Amino acid sequence: MSTQEWKFTAKDIIAKPDLFLPGHRACAGCGPATVLRLILKATRGPTIVTQATGCMEIVGSIYPYTSWALPWIHTAFENAAANASGIEAALKIMRKKGKIKDEHVDVIALAGDGGTYDIGLQALSGAVERGHDFLFILYDNEGYMNTGIQRSSSTPIGASTTTSPAGTAIPGKLEKKKPITEIMLAHDLEYAATATPYYWKDLITKVRKGLEVKGPAFLHVFAPCPRGWRSEPSKTMEYSKLAVESCVFPIWEAINGKRQLSTPSKVISLAPQKKKPVKAYLEGQGRFRHLFTPKNTHIVDEIQQATDERWQKLLQQCTSTNP
Amino acid sequence: MSKEKNWKEISLAAVPSKSSVSFLTGDWKTYMPNHALEKCVKCLTCAILCPEGAIRFNPEHGQVEFNFSFCKGCGICANECPAKAIAMKIPEEEE
Repeated sequence: MSTQEWKFTAKDIIAKPDLFLPGHRACAGCGPATVLRLILKATRGPTIVTQATGCMEIVGSIYPYTSWALPWIHTAFENAAANASGIEAALKIMRKKGKIKDEHVDVIALAGDGGTYDIGLQALSGAVERGHDFLFILYDNEGYMNTGIQRSSSTPIGASTTTSPAGTAIPGKLEKKKPITEIMLAHDLEYAATATPYYWKDLITKVRKGLEVKGPAFLHVFAPCPRGWRSEPSKTMEYSKLAVESCVFPIWEAINGKRQLSTPSKVISLAPQKKKPVKAYLEGQGRFRHLFTPKNTHIVDEIQQATDERWQKLLQQCTSTNP
Repeated sequence: MSKEKNWKEISLAAVPSKSSVSFLTGDWKTYMPNHALEKCVKCLTCAILCPEGAIRFNPEHGQVEFNFSFCKGCGICANECPAKAIAMKIPEEEE
């Protein structure tokens, strides 16, 4: 992989026409919509996008309208990655037979957390094992928001959803969030990374790096959902920033298994006093509202402890692979 | 009754043909961003973080411009503006 650094300036990004067009029917303040806009700013040439069912598939393609200004294929929940491998294989054979121009075409597979963590995991694992050249982007809004805010294996502990409602029986979801990027890294990926839209330059650079890799790449993008998180629409980007600052969602990248923290998280690792308590992130989100009642305050402490442990583990992993 | 199509005649997939740019979502909003040009530092943060792509930089006028046909009034621009040049207001009813 080339080590070239890309300089995406705000001016360049704005000057490049949107490939995810306005007029899509996402809620006001939708995090994933910003993520999609920014992802497509990183494309470098002919690109085909395939997308699993999910919020962003629905809002972008309500018949007869489409918000996609590039070739886009909708596929079922299970098989975004399988579809991407099919596209890549078809391009290869069509190029060989001389049916299309001999040029590289980037393939991006997009899926939400349902289409990645739960339903699409087998297709993704298979496609990565076969080594197809595609970039899989997961936009993680921590639940099945499109169908009515059900829990997914990405929903964090303590969050109230319609299938893990906080009340007298349970204080929100009881299970931990699945470490998906670790699972993908175990496939010996050349490139895997996590990103949030608030740090847009970091996100766009990571998308471009993932596209440049010859082989599968995985990108985990944190995308707050004001509807499902029951938060203020205007605070969407603030939460994607607070998640990094409180180390709930540290951003890092792994090139050939070597992990390194990206700048915003690195700043916190070098200056631990800048690390915010998870309370700052949990507050204001309606899905965590019940945690601030007297009988549930111990859960906030538990979340803080688990977050600290995960952060320490990540720091160790970063130093052990980069001595 | 029309003749039923066989499987070879049915199109492979549904193809959305119209661009969503013709579907205006601007009437969804309650709050309207009010942009104070004199405070704007042209950092373009609002234009980058807008979920709709409703904010553009116009090089001719050298100004940030809002497209109210698509703005849903979420207020991300006002919340993230480092110069606090954008305020969300309820538009006054026209007489």
